[in-house]
Amino acid sequence: MDNTTIVAISSALGEAGIGVIRLSGPDSLAIAKKLTAKSDFKDRYMHYCKIEDIDEALVCYMKAPHTYTGEDVVEIQCHGSSASLKNILTRCLELGASMAEPGEFTKRAFLNGRLDLSQAEAVIDLIKAKTEKSLASANTQLAGSLGNKIKEIRNDLKELLINLTVNMDYPDEDIEEITYKNIEENLLNVKTRLEILLNQSNEGRVLREGLGVAIIGKPNVGKSSLMNIFMGEERSIVTSVAGTTRDTIEETAQIRGIPVRITDTAGIHESDDVVEKIGIEKSRDAFNKADLVLLVLDGSKEFSLEDKELLDASVNTDTIVLVNKSDLDKKINFETNLKTIYTSFKNGLGVEELKDAIEEFVTKGSAERRETPALSNIRHIDLVKKALAEIGEALNMTLAKEAMDFIEINVNAAFMYLGEITGDTASGEVIDAIFSRFCLGK
Amino acid sequence: METKYMGKYDIVVIGAGHAGCEAALAAARMGKKVLIFSINLEAVANMFCNPAIGGTGKGHLVREIDALGGYMGQCIDKTFIQSRMLNSSKGPAVQSLRAQADKRKYHEEMKRYLEKMPNLYLKQAEVIDIDFDDSGKVKGVLTKTGSYYECGAAIIATGTFLRGKIFIGDSNFSSGPNGLAPSLELADNLKAKGMKLRRFKTGTPCRALSSSIDYSKMEKQEADEHVVPFSFLNENLDKEQVPCYLTYTNKTTHEILRENFSRSALFGGDIEGVGPRYCPSIESKVERFADKERHQCFVEPEGLTTEEMYLQGMSSSMPEDVQEAFYRSMPGLENIEIVRPAYAIEYDCINPLDIKLNLEHRQFSGLFCAGQFNGSSGYEEAACQGLMAGANASLWLDGKEPFILDRSEAYIGVLIDDLVTKGTNEPYRIMTSRAEYRLVLRQDNADERLSERAMAIGLIPAERYEKFLAIKEAKEKEIERLRQTKYKGVSLAELLKRPENTYASLENIDSDRPQLSQLVKTKVEVEIKYEGYIAKQLLQIEKFKKLEKKALPGDIDYMAIDGLRLEAREKLNDLRPTSVGQASRISGVSPADINVLLVYLEKLRRSI
Repeated sequence: MDNTTIVAISSALGEAGIGVIRLSGPDSLAIAKKLTAKSDFKDRYMHYCKIEDIDEALVCYMKAPHTYTGEDVVEIQCHGSSASLKNILTRCLELGASMAEPGEFTKRAFLNGRLDLSQAEAVIDLIKAKTEKSLASANTQLAGSLGNKIKEIRNDLKELLINLTVNMDYPDEDIEEITYKNIEENLLNVKTRLEILLNQSNEGRVLREGLGVAIIGKPNVGKSSLMNIFMGEERSIVTSVAGTTRDTIEETAQIRGIPVRITDTAGIHESDDVVEKIGIEKSRDAFNKADLVLLVLDGSKEFSLEDKELLDASVNTDTIVLVNKSDLDKKINFETNLKTIYTSFKNGLGVEELKDAIEEFVTKGSAERRETPALSNIRHIDLVKKALAEIGEALNMTLAKEAMDFIEINVNAAFMYLGEITGDTASGEVIDAIFSRFCLGK
Repeated sequence: METKYMGKYDIVVIGAGHAGCEAALAAARMGKKVLIFSINLEAVANMFCNPAIGGTGKGHLVREIDALGGYMGQCIDKTFIQSRMLNSSKGPAVQSLRAQADKRKYHEEMKRYLEKMPNLYLKQAEVIDIDFDDSGKVKGVLTKTGSYYECGAAIIATGTFLRGKIFIGDSNFSSGPNGLAPSLELADNLKAKGMKLRRFKTGTPCRALSSSIDYSKMEKQEADEHVVPFSFLNENLDKEQVPCYLTYTNKTTHEILRENFSRSALFGGDIEGVGPRYCPSIESKVERFADKERHQCFVEPEGLTTEEMYLQGMSSSMPEDVQEAFYRSMPGLENIEIVRPAYAIEYDCINPLDIKLNLEHRQFSGLFCAGQFNGSSGYEEAACQGLMAGANASLWLDGKEPFILDRSEAYIGVLIDDLVTKGTNEPYRIMTSRAEYRLVLRQDNADERLSERAMAIGLIPAERYEKFLAIKEAKEKEIERLRQTKYKGVSLAELLKRPENTYASLENIDSDRPQLSQLVKTKVEVEIKYEGYIAKQLLQIEKFKKLEKKALPGDIDYMAIDGLRLEAREKLNDLRPTSVGQASRISGVSPADINVLLVYLEKLRRSI
């Protein structure tokens, strides 16, 4: 039996009420315990658990051998949003699970005697089909600048490896000796670039920092009410006097499992009030920094010049236009190419549609618009993290001036992980480069 | 010519170079009656190229050969004239011993050891054909003089003799190394029987008289004060040693070479063999690395009873007038008298993908292969393959399981797995960077890694095994003592882990320590100091072993497994790996193919 524990999203990705994540292998239970901070799981019982910062879930532990794979299995049912599923999957990987290979659950089921012989061919076909599909999708995700970026980083690591190796294997040769300072510089360079990649990855950055959402609009269009809907309680002072929210308020909330940082801005309007002016400056600032802008308009009033200015300013950012107070008689009239949702915060109209739009923005939309390429495949993100961990260890060893051949082991491991992303796993690459680069020989 | 029947042997070894000698010795140790041939007995264990044993990775191989009962380590310990530990400032895993040998003494010592070895018979003769029975099994060998020797298995270790051809400038001629007779008919006969052969090439620099060299213009390279022996059986070998010298090429040297590129055999297009990239001739270096202002040249003695010096780094296939001119352009070599010119030599060898992990040829039952014949380069690489071929031929005769060392057990395992699984396009040299688990494959623990395995198949005698157990016990006891003994509340083991401390430096605060050999001290120090790293690598090895243990039956019809991609099917069908682990290292076999293979294996298991 395999001693690794694998994990994958088992339900179809897309719109669904419930999603399932499945773990299989000897550490399944231990991972589930860490994930949920719950220590007692009864075999084949549904347990209601909270998964910190992500979601609530029903978790079912099934003890080996009478499970689908014949190993310890844990199934986690959570909300079906892809953000929730991906976040939980990522957490499981961090807790020591490995990403399941295509068809691996079924393969294990077969190897462990849970499927009968007649199904062998079907299992092989499944592995084949799933591999082809996942390769195709991985290739699409890695196309263009992202793939090139990782290749560049990997090449820089290769340079370092070449130097470490040639120093190690050809001590008597007339070759410049690599110094700890060289190694440190190289490692730091690679580390920074990998971290940037990771930070810019949809899941990575959003998970860590939250999605920056700025709520803008004229005074008294319902911005604070929207904030309160997200927060689930009254945070901002809600009045119908224009200019009540004088400062920007930043709060964090979860929307469909996505951490969101919401900035409720002071109503943007030209003001002579000094206090209010500072608030307005801050609003513009928040507006510029946000990943996503929610522009709230009052549907019960005429489309004003101020509304038009805000709309025009939003064209170059990711913006969703919310026409609020749609329960009242519609007086507003405007045209825009931006996504527009008719809402009434007072009675909840359009709120779910808005949440859908935010989720879609995180899981699909943002990757396309960023200038720097973003990692979005969880397997790739996992490999980058593993590479980073090796680089980190190599860096510590470099600072401690440990023997260079020890450092080479970690650098090589990082190099291999990145190779798994780019598909360059052929051995002998470094040795080939050594012979073409250096003049060696006795 | 009349064929003379000359008796029956268990195993016949063709060639008595470094591979052949260890092959014959290993088989004889395992109780086989062995006959070993050399075209000329002066060629036994001859060092036709550099006068040194060991070096990075190679030093590890010698330690492993020694732990497996081979003679290379003891032989160099008896005949070295300079010893150095390379990479001594680096980690324990990449430190490698290298010793300058007295070439003639080395040859004599090895030859004498063969002569005295029970069960081993040494003969001067040229084998020209191998005889197979109707089932394709080795039956005997025929010599040039018509003598026929019956045998159960044969080992080919022909080195650079097989259709050897020497190139010096525009002249070339059939020859074995160093002017010895080549072996011509054997290659033709093997080809006629369907064996595929290819050409590899190597080269050697000139030898010049010491009295004609001005060492005052060179850098002196001294030996280590304290000699670390190659053999686990030896302890104190400190003695008077001789230095080597270092000089460099310069602009003039490079100009002379460039002007004469067209006259080098290498650029003339006559050589079809592929040479090693890590050991290029000086003209190749100057051509390929045009911006490099100088290349180094070590001047090394060939022995204590000769004036001949070896010019390391300066192999060439230039005509003799150019050789004289460029060698003489270097500081200290202005007046050198060349006694043997540099030459390139081309020879026949096989593609190692044609042999199995036990070094038996896929097409010819009972025919084992070792050394340069398999596409490797270097004395140590050859010797370890010879030892493994000798052991495996013996086991094969007895119908026993083959003796395979995997990549986590020995550099020998790395080398053979690389050759047999990945193949090579140039003469293969071992490097420490080829070993994934090198923190565990150290030279200080080769005995711990291999003694058990050697004992189990009779490669080492019981007394030697006992000796090993005593060393191991001493090590374990000392490690335990260091863990228990405290100094100011901290155990000595913890103190030893600190980078600034060594086992020797702790003596001040550890006056009651037992008397231990240097070997044990080294083992203790390395194991404690690098405990964490070693443990981590042991975990990786555990994972690696899982797939290595999954055996693949020899008769699988890979072409009929639909789920495998076509490339994988063909490669698996040709190479017939013995384990899923080995299959996973074949280029062109993907992880998905491995999964399919695992399912297929399970299907097979259940259908039986």
